Amino acid sequence: MINDYLRRFRAGLVAHLDLPLLLIVLCLMTIGLFTIYSATYYATNRTGDQVLNLAVGFILMLAVARLSPQKLMRFAVPLYVAGVVLLVLVALFGITVNGSRRWLSLGFTRIQPSEILKIATPLMIAWYFQKHEAALNTRHYIGACLLLLIPFALIAKQPDLGTAVLVGSAGFYVIFFAGLSWKVIIGLVVAGASAAPFLWHMLHDYQRRRILTLLDPSSDPLGAGYHIIQSTIAIGSGGSFGKGWLEGTQTHLEFIPERHTDFIFAVFSEEHGLLGNGILLVLYLMLIGRGLIIAANASTLFARVLAGSISLSFFTYAFVNMGMVSGILPVVGVPLPFMSYGGTALVTLFLGLGMLMSIQSHRMLVKQ
Amino acid sequence: MLIRHSSFNTTDSDLDRFRNRIVVVAALVLLAFGVLLARFVYLQVIQHDYYTTRAEDNRISLVPIPPNRGTIVDRNGIVLARNYSAFTLEITPSKVKDLDATIDALATLVDIQPKDKRRFRKLLEESKSFESLPIRARLSDEEVARFAANRYRFPGVEVKARLFRQYPLGPSASHAIGYINRINKKDLEHIEANDQAANYKGTDHIGKTGLEQKYEFHLHGITGYERVEIDAGGRAVRGLSRTAPVSGNNLTLTLDIKLQEIAEKAFGDRRGALVAIEPSTGGILALVSTPSFDPNLFIDGIRAEDWNELNDSPNRPMINRALNGAYPPGSTFKPFMALAALELGKRTAGQAIADPGFFNFGGHTFRDDKKGGHGIVDMYKSIVESCDTYYYILANDMGIDNIARFMAPLGFGSKTGIDIDGESAGVLPSPEWKKRRFKRREQQKWFAGETISIGIGQGYNAYTPIQLAQATAMLVNNGVLFRPHLVKYITDSKSGAKTMIEPQPLRSLHWKKEHVETIKKAMVGVNKEGTGARAFAGAEYTSGGKTGTAQVFSLKGSEYKASQIKEHLRDHALFIAFAPVDEPKIALAVLVENGGFGAQSAAPIARMVLDYYLLGKKPKGAAQEDEAATEEDPHDQ
Repeated sequence: MINDYLRRFRAGLVAHLDLPLLLIVLCLMTIGLFTIYSATYYATNRTGDQVLNLAVGFILMLAVARLSPQKLMRFAVPLYVAGVVLLVLVALFGITVNGSRRWLSLGFTRIQPSEILKIATPLMIAWYFQKHEAALNTRHYIGACLLLLIPFALIAKQPDLGTAVLVGSAGFYVIFFAGLSWKVIIGLVVAGASAAPFLWHMLHDYQRRRILTLLDPSSDPLGAGYHIIQSTIAIGSGGSFGKGWLEGTQTHLEFIPERHTDFIFAVFSEEHGLLGNGILLVLYLMLIGRGLIIAANASTLFARVLAGSISLSFFTYAFVNMGMVSGILPVVGVPLPFMSYGGTALVTLFLGLGMLMSIQSHRMLVKQ
Repeated sequence: MLIRHSSFNTTDSDLDRFRNRIVVVAALVLLAFGVLLARFVYLQVIQHDYYTTRAEDNRISLVPIPPNRGTIVDRNGIVLARNYSAFTLEITPSKVKDLDATIDALATLVDIQPKDKRRFRKLLEESKSFESLPIRARLSDEEVARFAANRYRFPGVEVKARLFRQYPLGPSASHAIGYINRINKKDLEHIEANDQAANYKGTDHIGKTGLEQKYEFHLHGITGYERVEIDAGGRAVRGLSRTAPVSGNNLTLTLDIKLQEIAEKAFGDRRGALVAIEPSTGGILALVSTPSFDPNLFIDGIRAEDWNELNDSPNRPMINRALNGAYPPGSTFKPFMALAALELGKRTAGQAIADPGFFNFGGHTFRDDKKGGHGIVDMYKSIVESCDTYYYILANDMGIDNIARFMAPLGFGSKTGIDIDGESAGVLPSPEWKKRRFKRREQQKWFAGETISIGIGQGYNAYTPIQLAQATAMLVNNGVLFRPHLVKYITDSKSGAKTMIEPQPLRSLHWKKEHVETIKKAMVGVNKEGTGARAFAGAEYTSGGKTGTAQVFSLKGSEYKASQIKEHLRDHALFIAFAPVDEPKIALAVLVENGGFGAQSAAPIARMVLDYYLLGKKPKGAAQEDEAATEEDPHDQ
């Protein structure tokens, strides 16, 4: 009896897993663990913690994958509303750390509500489009934009540029996949470009400095430019084949800041060189590609735009992270997906992965 | 309408549009990753070498290992300058947030005096902030332990083992040995000018005066270095390779420090100088300038009080009188005048004059200090009794040009070239010198009357004690001159090879042997039966000498009464000597500032030095000095 139940349970699990996604993410996770080991083994070794984080994320992914997209839709509104309310609470009562107000104290622990919105925002907007699928018009696009702008503005104000970019882009991808006119997109791009000087004034000093530093890291070699200089040295000195695992001098002599979190790519790149970078790029391309295929095959508007948005979010994470570490994008707090150390970000990523699997495994069921 | 479709049914066309967008997006993703790949290729292939160098520069630091400074020992191997290891407490200002608070906190663990703080401030102004600067030197073991226990509280502060210079004999021979002190801007320029900048990384002291300065590049040694891997915090992680430093070369001096100490003691608290030379080599046996100073005070930056005391003292201890003080030689000049007369054929040894006690020239009377004169005076007597009239006449007969021409090769009026700095040239008077010296036309003319007093070592004559000693050494060495030098040889610390200093004679004047013998005989007479007889009574060796008294100011015809004259206006006492007569091992010149008569205060010092050098006899206390010469004691002007 019990054996039978277990067998069915196992079969149910496997039924909802997407093998290509699973293999790709397992590869990334393995590489990530080795890199975290290299970055931390001589000090506080984080590898064990990260295994735990991955396990938690993996279980969440399995759970979410079992849910049907219809059930996922039910989470959209409560998750979104809760997230926004928490963001407002952060703005009012949040804890200020390093000059930005991102955390909410619950007494025994503290949470970062902006993380919820990375999932809640695209989910909400996709739900919104699905709800009005029958008669989508301009008003709905404006409504969707409002749904996006509320959390975006609250997060950007904290300020947390990295999360704001991720939340904003995830929401925008949904609107884009829902059919926002190219004219409007081009219009927005033009408007954005012309509003740049205005936006520049809205930025905080440290954000402006990060952008200026990007243009000329050597202008501030010991301050804001230090991260970029040291990570580009790490990458450049890695050469074609890298210095070898555990052999990166930039890493082990602690020249690279945030070695196991946001700047883990510098560690990887120093030790594995251009070859390693190429493999990593291919893995991320496969991850994004698989996600886009799932989106293309999805049966409902909700599933399609959500899958598309999640896939492109993976792209955003990877591109922004590698771009900033290699010195072509400003430094914002974006982790390298499935590689950077950190439980919260992994949970979000695995939730997205779970949703992709849910959409993929339930595509036939809906059609029937 | 911004939106093309008012309805969005799941039609095939909608799906197609969606899939088209997927394709567009996929293309954009590929493009973006292409940009990343291009960036990676740029960094890792094209710029690879550059970034490899940057990473190595990050990683590897060359830590200089300063060499041990060479030691200085006297001719018998007695140590005059050495190194010892001790702990210092050092602060790297750039790593400390609040310097004052840190120093105050340190003061609770380690004794830090206001003078230490002042010195630290001074160093801070002169140095770069990433260098570590000493706040306290020579910590006690207890202090080291106390700090070690609290070390975590003081980032940027550390205890370092350093080698310190020490001059075990303190003020003895300090003018010759000199001292080291922290490198300043001027020193850095000197180091760079000598292409030594790389070798001085890690060195913070340099020779400032004396032998420490002159032989700096011998004493310093070759800096070694360690290639260490450092982390981002600048901490050394591990050593990669090490090139050992090569210790500085050791100096062995010609100086006999025991002799030096005897001579210094003989001066008591009088000011003056003594230079003793080994005639056959030019090696300096003693170089005294009193009062002296303790060179140990200077090593870590002298305290303001000490510096003011040394500088403000009317006795001027920082001046090296032996090299830098120029004094009229007085009657010690007479043997050289006599030799000139013989060599130039102006006199023979037997040629005598009748001395009435004065010499009239151009309406001016040049007086001999002995009333009524010395009677019939030949060359021997002129030296033994120090007859002035003989030399007034001789100078007049020779003329100033002949005198200057003869005296110049003896080294009068030019630097001897001794191997330490700070030497004066003195003045060898001549019409040419006067033209250079004075600007006004009427002052430039040489008057024949001025030549007369030159003959007895007065007038414009001004020579340093070392010039006088050198000339004496040259005289007893039959005209062969060795450059006076303090360093006998330099021992290479690595190979042990010895490099001799100045072993070759500088020049030889080829005087007639019998002329030199005549003068030497007369000088022996001085110590036997003349002005030096009292000081050399009972000497167990043969010696020659000559007393001298140099006028500090002109008495304008009135009688000289020492007791009535302020000490600083009293005459300088001089004495030159050599011994033993047949094969002189030592020649010397003594000067006692404001010492009065040479026979009275300078000659006894010479006696003590010769007694010790030739017999190993140490003086019985400083009693001789007070053995006042009686009224009849022979003396000269």
